[in-house]
Formats: sequence, structure tokens, C-alpha cells
Amino acid sequence: MSTIAIARMELLIARRNMWVFTSLILMGLFSSVLTLAGGAPTGSLGVDPLLIATTSITTLSVYLIPLIGLLLSFDAIAGEAERGTLALSLTYPLSRGEILLGKFLAHLMVLGFAVAVGLALTAGLTIWKYGSADLNYLPLLKLFATSLALGAAFLGIGYTISALAKQTGVASGIVIIVWLICVVLYDLGLLGALVADGGGTFTKTIFPWLLVANPADAFRLINMPTDTVSTLATGLGAAGQASGFGPQLASLLLWPVLALTLAWAAFRRVEP
Amino acid sequence: MTVLGIENVSKTYGEVHSVRGVSLNLNAGERVALLGHNGAGKTTLMRMVLGLTPLTSGRITVLGMPPGSRKARTAIGFLPESVAFHGALTGREQLHHFARLKGVKRSVADDLLERVGLTHAMKRKIRTYSKGMRQRIGLAQALLGQPRLALLDEPTSGLDPISRHEFYDIVDDLAKGGSAVLLSSHALTELESRTDRIAIMSKGHLLANDSLSNLREAARLPIQVRVKATPETADSVAAQLGGTRINGASVSLEVQQEAKVSLLGQITGLGDLVKDIDFTPASLEELYRHYSVPKQEGK
Repeated sequence: MSTIAIARMELLIARRNMWVFTSLILMGLFSSVLTLAGGAPTGSLGVDPLLIATTSITTLSVYLIPLIGLLLSFDAIAGEAERGTLALSLTYPLSRGEILLGKFLAHLMVLGFAVAVGLALTAGLTIWKYGSADLNYLPLLKLFATSLALGAAFLGIGYTISALAKQTGVASGIVIIVWLICVVLYDLGLLGALVADGGGTFTKTIFPWLLVANPADAFRLINMPTDTVSTLATGLGAAGQASGFGPQLASLLLWPVLALTLAWAAFRRVEP
Repeated sequence: MTVLGIENVSKTYGEVHSVRGVSLNLNAGERVALLGHNGAGKTTLMRMVLGLTPLTSGRITVLGMPPGSRKARTAIGFLPESVAFHGALTGREQLHHFARLKGVKRSVADDLLERVGLTHAMKRKIRTYSKGMRQRIGLAQALLGQPRLALLDEPTSGLDPISRHEFYDIVDDLAKGGSAVLLSSHALTELESRTDRIAIMSKGHLLANDSLSNLREAARLPIQVRVKATPETADSVAAQLGGTRINGASVSLEVQQEAKVSLLGQITGLGDLVKDIDFTPASLEELYRHYSVPKQEGK
């Protein structure tokens, strides 16, 4: 019950703070633009227009979903500790795990709502443009489910940082660095290593696993069609697919669990 | 019945001894004031009772349960020193949230809002509230579910005199309902008539723990007597009673409790020379200084 009460209040706060509105506009706008503009270069080649759209949205979501996840979560513990609201909450009969879970549910709902509206717009616009015949909705559903998993992972990472940093200012700086590393620098580093290795053992054995170990990359791989599109979209795609669907899914499912466990462990040490 | 038991509790932060060997019990229906300078260890003691800060040594029980346990937390209502809420919520939403956490009906929360006089502002965002209004929300949440133990840290700071009076009425009702109330305050005068027992802390030590009258007796602080005469007779009154002349027409002297009645007889014997008499027992402030200052120097 306490978890629901916390989630309910966090949702109310997210609505008041315009977080729901902001993430909704962000996802809705980008999804619509990519859906309308994404199909243009392919013309009518017989490729499923929904697949083209989801591929474009995937590329963007890799950046946006971790960002929204971290922005929703970095203040969750540090901010409450700083404002002094955490100490009072902890004098009530509920555990820290329940507080964390309540916040997580609320933030995941905000994120899920934004992604759902964005993808619904994508589906609607695609049907409006191309008609509903022969459309395969599976990539859209897969994108939604994996977006939730990716968002959950970064919410957990954000809570961990928030609990460890204890100050919102510090936490906000760290989440931006973590975001940069996870969605940009990590791939650049791997790309550099690939070039240096020149198709040796690193490329064949270690690299696919390193790639899939990053939830953002696992998300990208799982949502990219395995053929040429992925090679076009990212230079890392083709080699990365070597790890296969199983590890990609495992990465996306394990990261949220791992990150939330870490967050819980860090939160338990916070003395308000 | 013992609601709160504190036995020989100490708290050390590195080299700093915040609380040293404090023992204090609170029974149901008792109102105890915890006094002390800033940094005396009052807040640390309360945080240990709440389970927010672990003890270095000693033992605390709340209704026989360890501090911070779910049952102990259910039994406690807490008002923190500088109470803070999320500014984006309305007073009513915030209190309903706390009611849900405590498993109390929302109608009870609405009644409490009325009790603390916030019904008119309950639909406004808390960020628009004055400090006193936030303090009232804080008090209302501490009262949710008639706690067996109420811990109120500086509860009247930010309240105007009338609100303070209302606040102590609420505390009285709480104690009458069987709750033990431990409150800390700097505003000493208001505590005099409103608490059953006074506990004084200084530098982590508990220096006194008794009813106000017992503390007065033990401290043996003199009673201030002021005898009003006329400008012409003041000198002769001062000579006869052995006091000093002040303000032109009054005589001031000090007397111990046991000599009070005989002095009164002496003054009455002066007949028409005396226009008025005032007896002022040692104030809580003087008692507080008496108990907290000399022992500090001794340590």
C-alpha cells in the first residue's frame, strides 16, 4: 500500500512539475517528425513503412530514453535528502525499498506514457499515409517493451547516483557524464578499438559481448532489423549482431534489476 | 506505562560526542520538555528514537520495540525542527499522502486540517504557505492516528503567540488521550505551565530531569521580592527589610523559599508604608542557566 501511495504522490508531482508534459512533447514530437520524414528517402520500395519509422525512432530513442530516465531520477533521493522531506518520510512505517519502488513505478509510468503516445502517433501517421494494409505492428510493440526496459535501467542508474551523490547539484553533473559515456563515448571507444584491432580476435570474440553489455547498445541491436538498414544506421551494427537476440534481451532485462538493486543498496546507506 | 525508554544512550560522530550516557523515560500521558542550547544533542536524541540515526551505545525502546522498527514507527508522530514538504502539492494532498502511509482514513486528515486551522488554505500549494502554516501542516501530520509517542522538535518556532497557545492546547489534548509527548524548545517561558517534566541537556549530557517545582526546590534559586513604597518612605523600607532601593520608590530583595512567609509577615508589619508587593519565583530561564552552565564548566 505504501508503495502505491508513494507512486501516486510522485505522479502528482511529476504532473505538477511538467515532467509528464515535457517528456510527452519530446517523444511525441520526435516520433511524429521521424515518421513523416523517415519514409521519404526510401520512397515506395516495398519496405514496411512502419519498420522504417521504428528504425529511425530507435536511433533517436537510444539518446532520448536514457536522458529522460536520468532526468526523472537524479533528484529522487538527493533532492529529498537536501530539502529535508526524506527524514520525515522515513519516520513513517514503510521501508526504503517501498519508497524506491514507489518512485520507480511512477517514473516508469511517466516514461512509458510518453513512449506510448509517441509510438501511437507513429502508428497513426503511418496508417494515415500508407493505409493499414500489410503493416507489421510487431516492431512497434518490441520497441515499446524494450524502451520500458531501457528506461527502467537508466532510472535505476539515476537513483543510484542520486543516493551516492547526496546533493542534487553533484547528482545532476554525474548523470550527464554517465549519459554521455553510455550513449556516445562507449560506442566511440569500441569503434576505436575495432579499428585498431583490424578484424582480429577482439573483433570476433570480445567486442560483441562488450557491445551488448551496454543497455543502450543492446536496445539498439534488438530493435534494428538485421539486414542492411542496421549497417547504414550504425557502423557497429553488423559486427554487434554476432551476440544474437538472447544476450541482447538478457542485457535489457538484467540491467534494470541490477541498477535497482544497486540503487536500493546505496539508498540504504543514506542517513537523512 | 513506559512508552519511551532511553537507557544510557551515547552517540559519537568520529571525535564528536553528540549524546553521552543519556537515560530518560516517558510514560503514557506525560508531557516532557527537552531543553538545551543548539548542539546540546536534543535533535540527535530524537533522531535515534526515530531510528534515523544508529546508536553508538545504549538502548532505546518504543513501547518495548527497537527504534526504527515498523511497529515503533507506526506508534510515533514526529514533527521535525525545520519541517519541509514538496511545494508542488497542496496542504490537503500532502496530508492525505501521509494518512495513506500511516493507514489512517483521509477524513481524519481533513479533521486535523481543521484542528490546526488550515481548512481555508488546504487547496493551495504548500509553496505559497508561510512558515507558520507549514509548521501547522507539520503538526497535523504528527497527530495522524493519535500517536502513542509524539516527538516535536522545536514545534512552536515560526508560530505567533496565539498560535502557540493553540498549539499547546493540542498538546494537552494529545496527552489527555494517553500519548507521551516529548518536545524540545528554546522558548522557555511558554513551557512553564504546559509540561509535566523538564529535561535539560547540555553538550550531550542530561543534566536535569524532573518536574519544574522539584527543579526549583533543588536549585535553591532565591525568590525575587519587590516592595513598592513612596519616594519618601523607600529608604526607610529598604533599611528595615534589608533590600536595595530601585526606581526611586521600590525596594528589591531576594529570599529563599523557606523564609518567604516570615518575610511576608515582616512586610505586612510595615503597615501603610507598603503600597504593593510582587513575588517572582526563579524563571525557567534562570533554572535552565543554573542547571546547564556551572556543570559545563566543571567538565
